[in-house]
Amino acid sequence: MCLAIPSRITDIESGIATIDVEGVKRKASLMLVEDARVGDYVIVHAGFAIQVLDEETALASLNFMRDTFLSDNPPENM
Amino acid sequence: MLHISEYRDSRLCHSIAARIAARSSRPVRIMEVCGTHTVSIFRNGIRSLLPEGVDLISGPGCPVCVTAQGEIDAAIRLARQEDTIVATFGDLIRVPGSNSSLQQEKAVGNDVRIVYSASDAVEIARQNPEKTVVFLGVGFETTAPTIAASVLAARQAGVENYSVFGMHKIVPPALEALMQMQGVEIDAFLLPGHVSVIIGMQGYSQFFDQYRVPCAVAGFEPVDILRAVLRLTEMLDTGDAHLENCYPRAVAEQGNPAARQIMDTVFEACDADWRGLGWIPGSGLQFREVFADHDARKRFNVYPPDVAPPAGCACGDILTGAKTPPECPLYKTRCTPINPVGPCMVSTEGTCAA
Ligand code: SF4
Repeated sequence: MCLAIPSRITDIESGIATIDVEGVKRKASLMLVEDARVGDYVIVHAGFAIQVLDEETALASLNFMRDTFLSDNPPENM
Repeated sequence: MLHISEYRDSRLCHSIAARIAARSSRPVRIMEVCGTHTVSIFRNGIRSLLPEGVDLISGPGCPVCVTAQGEIDAAIRLARQEDTIVATFGDLIRVPGSNSSLQQEKAVGNDVRIVYSASDAVEIARQNPEKTVVFLGVGFETTAPTIAASVLAARQAGVENYSVFGMHKIVPPALEALMQMQGVEIDAFLLPGHVSVIIGMQGYSQFFDQYRVPCAVAGFEPVDILRAVLRLTEMLDTGDAHLENCYPRAVAEQGNPAARQIMDTVFEACDADWRGLGWIPGSGLQFREVFADHDARKRFNVYPPDVAPPAGCACGDILTGAKTPPECPLYKTRCTPINPVGPCMVSTEGTCAA
């Protein structure tokens, strides 16, 4: 039921976004995330965008995990 | 963009898995309470990365699987009504009711249509004003706001022939019920990502404060899941339970307040009957009185009968993690994906089908 892959908004017209899911175009209602903008990545569930992904946080978490898990001297007790 | 491939990076996965192995000092059972997690864990071979003794148990997180037998029977009754179009998500259509399924009803000429979104069902209603259109609303807090939004949109557009047969369920009361059930052993919860997008971390605080069991919200990529499992393993190792957000790029403390407000406008909490778990207080959603004309139960006086699940089906034990599918006597013998006996074999998110 859930599209676990984030989709990018390519166009918005009267509350309906066109989204790109790994190259496939679909429509999603923005009724539940009214502040979404073109270019944002959103989570789409059953035809509705339910959240805008926070890209800065996505990157920060990744960097943190890389530093912690891929370095030779991992910090203790993260 | 958005680092999907990085969240699937196998070097990172193996490194996190090694940390999990280093921190697991005793056998633990971690329940994933989300069908989408079950699918991702299976597809990405996560279980094979985990050390022996760290068990992931699938919980009651597939909305179709927890739908009560009587609700399916009621949906079939609606599909048999004259001048009615029943619109549903695809997963529900093959679930066997007591004597039939929606798919069988469709095969004999009743108008059952698969839609991708509740908005599509409103559109069908708009295009067929002489028919009555009933949408079958299944799902948790992720889906309920989308259904509520469809009802508000229908009302605003004057689409009076649109109604919803609601079977919605909400997750935190089910966690509580699991903790109280005899014979259910769960050391920690991997909490659903997209339910949490809506309800936020705050949605679990009451549950967590009461039970103090390690909880981590996780996303759906392998790195997300392993990272959350590592945090849970660490908590179990030190004996220090937390409610932790391991999916901060999507889940906020407050969740999605706009979605919750739309859901609250249309629905209110009620008791609900979960397949396999029974009646759980406050775990369902029913229409508020002002939306009674969009409530298919009231409008057509169709209420789910109390019926027992199919004989021999161990779905109840599967959904609480008490049994694994091969322990069900019907698994892959009488119950197969082509001829399913229980819903766990039907839905792509069902444990028996995974
Ligand atoms: S194998 Fe079939 S009958 Fe057995 S628990 Fe799974 S769905 Fe039910």
